[in-house]
Amino acid sequence: MIPAPFSYHRPSALTDAIAILSEHGDDARVMAGGHSLIPMMKLRMADIPHLIDLQDIPNLSDISVEGSRVKMGAMVTQAQVIADQGLAHAAPLLKEAALQIADPQVRYMGTVGGNVANGDPANDMPGLMQCLDASFTLVGPNGTRAVNARAFYEAAYMTAREDEEVLTEISFDAHAAGYAYEKQKRKIGDYATAASAVLLSKDGGRCSSASIAMTNLSDTPIFSEAASAALIGTQLDDAAIKQAVSAALGDIDPTEDNRGPVAFKMHVAGVILTRAIQRAWSRA
Amino acid sequence: MKISMTVNGEAVSGEVEGRTLLVDFLRNDLKMTGTHIGCDTSQCGACTVHVNGMSVKSCSILAAEADGADVATIEGQANQDGSLNVIQQAFQDHHGLQCGFCTPGMVMAATELLKHNKKPTVAEIRHHLDGNICRCTGYHNIVKSIMAASGQDVSSIAAE
Repeated sequence: MIPAPFSYHRPSALTDAIAILSEHGDDARVMAGGHSLIPMMKLRMADIPHLIDLQDIPNLSDISVEGSRVKMGAMVTQAQVIADQGLAHAAPLLKEAALQIADPQVRYMGTVGGNVANGDPANDMPGLMQCLDASFTLVGPNGTRAVNARAFYEAAYMTAREDEEVLTEISFDAHAAGYAYEKQKRKIGDYATAASAVLLSKDGGRCSSASIAMTNLSDTPIFSEAASAALIGTQLDDAAIKQAVSAALGDIDPTEDNRGPVAFKMHVAGVILTRAIQRAWSRA
Repeated sequence: MKISMTVNGEAVSGEVEGRTLLVDFLRNDLKMTGTHIGCDTSQCGACTVHVNGMSVKSCSILAAEADGADVATIEGQANQDGSLNVIQQAFQDHHGLQCGFCTPGMVMAATELLKHNKKPTVAEIRHHLDGNICRCTGYHNIVKSIMAASGQDVSSIAAE
């Protein structure tokens, strides 16, 4: 319950935050909503001598939807994602997923940027962003670069972000498509036993594009190219869905924990994938 | 470090460590002990207060983070004359509490719900209380209390 002592910083410019990160390296960490970091610090699983609160840095809570291009500042909260009409219209998948994350209080504080940058495979937004083919903007002492969500995750808590970089924005092209975020969990606020994000487009009764990603079934989120490919061109009959599910299950590597043994997780993943594909197709 | 904020309409300030949690600042420094601590994993919601109008878990927010914020706690909810407000009274009338430990957080969560949704359905109330755990009531009478506080008929709920 009691974090180790640390220095609290609340810079009002991004350059100041990056300067503190550059000075202290791994001894400094930025904090967004604080609802993964502070709990970890309270359990002393994270010891951060320099904590940098991003709340005063301008424009990080902005949402913009221009045509199909969606941009979200890293400090956009889950509550904003749920409430924003433009976002809900452009990418309803986001709202559907955000409503399955944590609880109302946590959603007022927890941010999309924190969710995707945290690196915990149990977070829901990373798989979702891979499904949306989102791009993450990273700003560091040497400037700005973009990393695709599908290339961002390396292992549990290991991402492409360098120590002195701040993830500032998430952007993607929102295409009209059937969508579903299906999540099996033990109770409200729990991380997924298995979850899947699916986007499907329909053209003349056949699937013209498909994107399938999975949450908490490996040490990173998993985008399944093979599962997506198995659906394209089909009429989404049972055989095609079975083939896609089988391909997706081939891409995951769940581990045993309190949510169940590996065999159970493979079974649940299959059920969740099937439901997500069917629901996305019904909306396509 | 020195911090200042408004708590229940009054300006307060204090000297805290970077690591001081808002719940500890409220309880230990301001001696407002209605806000409770029921867990160490940000789940139970017994520490729920309002920060700038949002219901948040004060165990997962640093006091320093709330520097300059407008904070509301259970101690500020009663009417000016000291009588219970509509929501507090409804919890009493409909037996929405037993041990009382979750009640301050429940009332703060309910207050925020009714501010945005004047006539919530039972499902909406339950959804909004997702972040607040109660060990005693089984939630039924809490839902009833909030329905009653919103001026809705609770006779059908009572018959359940």
